[in-house]
Amino acid sequence: MMKPKHNDIAINGDSAVALAWKQINPDVCAAYPITPQTIIVEKFAEYVANGEVDTEFVCVESEHSALTLCTTSCSAGARTFTATASQGLAYMWEMLPITSSMRVPLIMAVANRTVSGPININNDHGDVMSARDTGWLSLFAENVQQAYDMSIIAPKIAENHDVQLPCLVNLDGFILTHAIERMTPIDTQTVKKFVGEFEPLYPLLDTDHPVSHNLMDGPLFYFPHKYQMVLAMEKAKKVAQDVFDEFAKISGRQYHLVEEYMCEDADCIAVVLGSSFGTMKEAVDQLRREGMKVGVAMPRVYRPWPVEDLAKLMKGKKAVIVMDRHLSVGSYGPMFPEVCAAALENKEVPEMYNYIYGLGGADTMVSDFMSVYKDVKDGRAKRVNYLGVSE
Amino acid sequence: MSTLSLKDLNKIPVRLASGHRLCAGCAEAIIARQILMGTEKDVVVTCSTGCFEVSTTIFPYTSWKVPYVHTAFGNGAATCAGVESAYESLKRQGKIDKDIRFVNFAGDGATYDIGLQALSGAMERGHKMLFVCLNNEAYMNTGIQRSSATGMGASTTTSWAGSVSYGKKEYAKDMTKIIAMHDVPYVAQAAPHAWRDMITKSQKAFECNGPSFINALSPCPRGWRFPSEKAMEISKLAVETCVWPLYEVENGTEYHLSPESQRIADGKVEKKPVTEWFAAQGRYKHLMNERWEPVVEKIQSELDDRWNYLLKLCQL
Repeated sequence: MMKPKHNDIAINGDSAVALAWKQINPDVCAAYPITPQTIIVEKFAEYVANGEVDTEFVCVESEHSALTLCTTSCSAGARTFTATASQGLAYMWEMLPITSSMRVPLIMAVANRTVSGPININNDHGDVMSARDTGWLSLFAENVQQAYDMSIIAPKIAENHDVQLPCLVNLDGFILTHAIERMTPIDTQTVKKFVGEFEPLYPLLDTDHPVSHNLMDGPLFYFPHKYQMVLAMEKAKKVAQDVFDEFAKISGRQYHLVEEYMCEDADCIAVVLGSSFGTMKEAVDQLRREGMKVGVAMPRVYRPWPVEDLAKLMKGKKAVIVMDRHLSVGSYGPMFPEVCAAALENKEVPEMYNYIYGLGGADTMVSDFMSVYKDVKDGRAKRVNYLGVSE
Repeated sequence: MSTLSLKDLNKIPVRLASGHRLCAGCAEAIIARQILMGTEKDVVVTCSTGCFEVSTTIFPYTSWKVPYVHTAFGNGAATCAGVESAYESLKRQGKIDKDIRFVNFAGDGATYDIGLQALSGAMERGHKMLFVCLNNEAYMNTGIQRSSATGMGASTTTSWAGSVSYGKKEYAKDMTKIIAMHDVPYVAQAAPHAWRDMITKSQKAFECNGPSFINALSPCPRGWRFPSEKAMEISKLAVETCVWPLYEVENGTEYHLSPESQRIADGKVEKKPVTEWFAAQGRYKHLMNERWEPVVEKIQSELDDRWNYLLKLCQL
């Protein structure tokens, strides 16, 4: 019998995240069940029950307590992770900017799901976009393999002492969390060596060196403290790329702040987040066969916002389409103004279009994405468009 | 430390420095010092948002000589449980070799109201931590708004006494018993004038090897409207009128009166009428008007019922 060439496995996105964390073996995990994240904590609880990890696993009574407990656990000196989605992230919201301002390098997987109401359990980016201004690093995955890879990469960026910020690892609810895909895991020893030991700064449990965390700031100090986070975010760009490069050496998979597909010679490119990046690559392939010079890109790192890389990407393009899987009702999609702002770094600004798509899990197919490029080419696109909704 | 002497207590390093910004006459720092005298082991202190948190940690200063962390208002128990969970994990893995105790200080709003869910969760999960309620019976940090710990008849800035109102319409929630019903190893009600009692309770709480809760009455000169030098007298009056009986509950079922309240139960000390409690504080002054006599009678009757119920629990 032939030996299998690879150690590839078939696994869903949530289980892939749980597997990554089993390999990392964190000190503490506190979590609360919420669809479509639940498989992550269920699977991890199984590892705990079977003694496969050393983690103190705390089943808290709410997401608010989950993020609180994880925040102070991490500031106490324990490597900590958690996971949530949608209403869970909304319920955590109060703690999000506190965690980041405490400079706690905690990792949280977000199984992206829309936010009520109406209540809906399916995928869009409403949850993470509502958290975008809270000072967390934010990474996006296109497929199950990347959900796994980003889970291993995230602590190495977040825990870097030049960064020292918490990090969200986003994977699209159901589309990635529940879909079984083929994936190449990395052996546990290599993962452990790559992630390394947690070296916390000023841990609370160092009782010989008592430190007070999260004091009250008056106007004199609040703004300068926020500015320190700005500097850390700026440094995170280089740190992230360095970690991506290092990760390529152990995995053969090279990541970038902005992932590009067929963009170099394209006249018109789209910018999109998450699993739709894969769908849009197929749309690009088909349109290329029809002779259209189109491309697509995904900010792998959503925070810090990779302004320089996006500006470089957009330079000389005729049109840029920003695909937003969330809507700021009464304004644009959340990413559109940010891509426009990045475009201002160049002398010439392309035509800019915003497409809102796939809210509440509305299916968006290859043909839908193809129609977007065609609408722009044929002058049918408005500034803001609601894909698939009859206006 | 088997017997409590002032001489021995003086040897315990001061964990909360003087120079904090609590109001003159505030009992919170007194209670915190008493609680922290309850252990000679290393302690990590956490705080819920409130008077005590704000007054001890205004950047770039801190009054804390031990590790301290605060996160938000409604999650003091989870804030403390996080540090304790890290400790449990690192200790089990042999990454830390220390014997550390954990305590969260919270106001009554952060205990009875917004903090109840996180507190109940932490008690149920069995974190080895002490949760202390610095109970000044209203939201004092935001300016004397009523909480579910506020006594009936109190005039607050959201339950004013006025031409058609005698103040707060509801009785205070019995938080001590609510936590006792969680069947945790140690729960107590305490008051700062009874310092020996408070410290003894703190010792028991820190060494109970599980979650513990001390509900400490914290007289507030600003909110209760009494002269700032009278905090300990007011504290004593709360016990003498049985507005605030001193007792402890071990393992959820074993109720014991503490010495001062036991003396009242035994008839050795007179149980004072609630009118003395009202007369001593501006927040209740309006109740002295004969118009509100039926209200005062109703409150006295409820207090008597609660006291008698407690006596029954102690006899079980």
